[in-house]
Amino acid sequence: MSRFAALLLVLLALPAGAAEERVIAALSQKAVGITATFTGSQIFVFGAVERARLPDARDDALSVIVTISGPRRAKVVRKKERVFGVWINTESVEIDEAPSFYAVAASGPLYEVLSHTEDLRHRISIDRAMRVVGEAGEAADPLKFQEAAIRLSRSAGVYSEADDGVEIIGRTLFQTSIGLPSNLVEGDYEARVFLLRDRQVLDRFATTLEVRKVGLERFLYTLAHEQSLLYGLLSVLVALLAGWGASEAARLLRR
Amino acid sequence: MQIYLPIAELSVNAFVLLGMGGLIGMLSGMFGVGGGFLMTPLLIFIGIPPAVAVATGANQLVASSVSGVLGHLRRKTVDIKMGVVLSVGGAVGSVLGVWVFSLLRALGQVELLVSLCYVLFLGVVGGLMLNESVRALRRARAGGPAKPRKHHGWIHGLPLKMRFRVSKLYISAIPPFLVGVMVGLLAAIMGVGGGFIMVPAMIYLLGMPTAVVVGTSLFQIIFVTALTTLLHATQNQSVDAILALLLIFGGVIGAQVGAALGVRIRAEQLRILLALIVLAVCIKIALDLVLTPSELFSFGETR
Repeated sequence: MSRFAALLLVLLALPAGAAEERVIAALSQKAVGITATFTGSQIFVFGAVERARLPDARDDALSVIVTISGPRRAKVVRKKERVFGVWINTESVEIDEAPSFYAVAASGPLYEVLSHTEDLRHRISIDRAMRVVGEAGEAADPLKFQEAAIRLSRSAGVYSEADDGVEIIGRTLFQTSIGLPSNLVEGDYEARVFLLRDRQVLDRFATTLEVRKVGLERFLYTLAHEQSLLYGLLSVLVALLAGWGASEAARLLRR
Repeated sequence: MQIYLPIAELSVNAFVLLGMGGLIGMLSGMFGVGGGFLMTPLLIFIGIPPAVAVATGANQLVASSVSGVLGHLRRKTVDIKMGVVLSVGGAVGSVLGVWVFSLLRALGQVELLVSLCYVLFLGVVGGLMLNESVRALRRARAGGPAKPRKHHGWIHGLPLKMRFRVSKLYISAIPPFLVGVMVGLLAAIMGVGGGFIMVPAMIYLLGMPTAVVVGTSLFQIIFVTALTTLLHATQNQSVDAILALLLIFGGVIGAQVGAALGVRIRAEQLRILLALIVLAVCIKIALDLVLTPSELFSFGETR
């Protein structure tokens, strides 16, 4: 219910007198905490089209695209080839920038609501979100590697596309729900909302979603990276104690 | 119950891990091996990154070998002096192994190296073990006397001789040191304790009495795996504490069950069973190397 209350607030906050159409949006949560029992999360993105006039038939042609993108990192894609009868990694291509997570939801089939030029400009589709600059690797066909990277990410559930994933309500409101999988990487996730008509972007809105490990997960991760010697010693100590404890317990049980 | 692993950065079912730990613990209790050679491939199979699987596997082995060695210490079947010489060699081997591992990880060939090591060592050890146990079983049926073990003459010609009282040996420290290096190297690269190589090496190369072999092997495995865990933790940050804890918990319970089951089966049959398991893992990994994979591409580590 709080979602609709927030929507109402968004509506009431609309300033009057804007000449063109604008888009405003909000997320159901500002931050996602990865706890020990984290199994993924659903993020609701909702918002409204802001305009000076009353909505009319022209607004049936409006469309909305929502994207959520994880922190960008360089990635290496390797290809296996048969060498002396054994499959080993040979060629590799470095992808300069690939989001660790990427989801696109649109109010219709993506390329029916978005032109290729606009896609290039705003990097909306999954293909555009991933950037391979120049001859980054020694491979003969870098495009194949990019396709493979997308395919691998899709099957890992971190890249997704949902045509008709955004619901537009009464020519003004819209909402969508994007699932975050359990294998999330920490960082600042960028949520973007595009308002389009005739496949052209009219306005865009962006906000961030913080994804952080919390509690025990945070503690262990930080310890492992910042105090790695202490972490290693603790790991060994726990193992020693567990082994000793098990041996003693077994001895007591046998008596 | 799903649980998020902080270092592997993925969510897995806690009961699957407990079950895996338990099953492998059971095998290790039955056969007196650490079970690392099964644990690491299984972890990789359920989606744990290889680097994390290898490092965490080593951590889990510390627990299972401590639990095993305490029983042997009470029965006085541990040659501590021999264990120390092996461990010194093991330390050198682990440092070398973790360094090689980091290097190959950057080159993207770590998978290949780990797989090749598995095929080679599991194949050789499994084959020898199967051959030997089948022959022992036949001999037992025929009722003939067991052949006495041959001692290698060249080992006695080496300098730096030491007296190992518990093993009743007076040999050079060089062969046990080298065996230690070898096992340390493998422990770091394969995420195994190396018991399956250590035990035959001690019997056939060093000529140690069978009674003290398992205890002494476990004794040195504690040091090698503890050091490997430390090195992986500091150099690669790849030890996952939560994963290790779940595996250890399942493992120590399984080991006790396995030890109880092991007494009911005859030693030769037990060895044949172990040899078959070792060979099955070897064949599975070899097939993965040779058969055309369904996906040729994979993500690698960034330099």
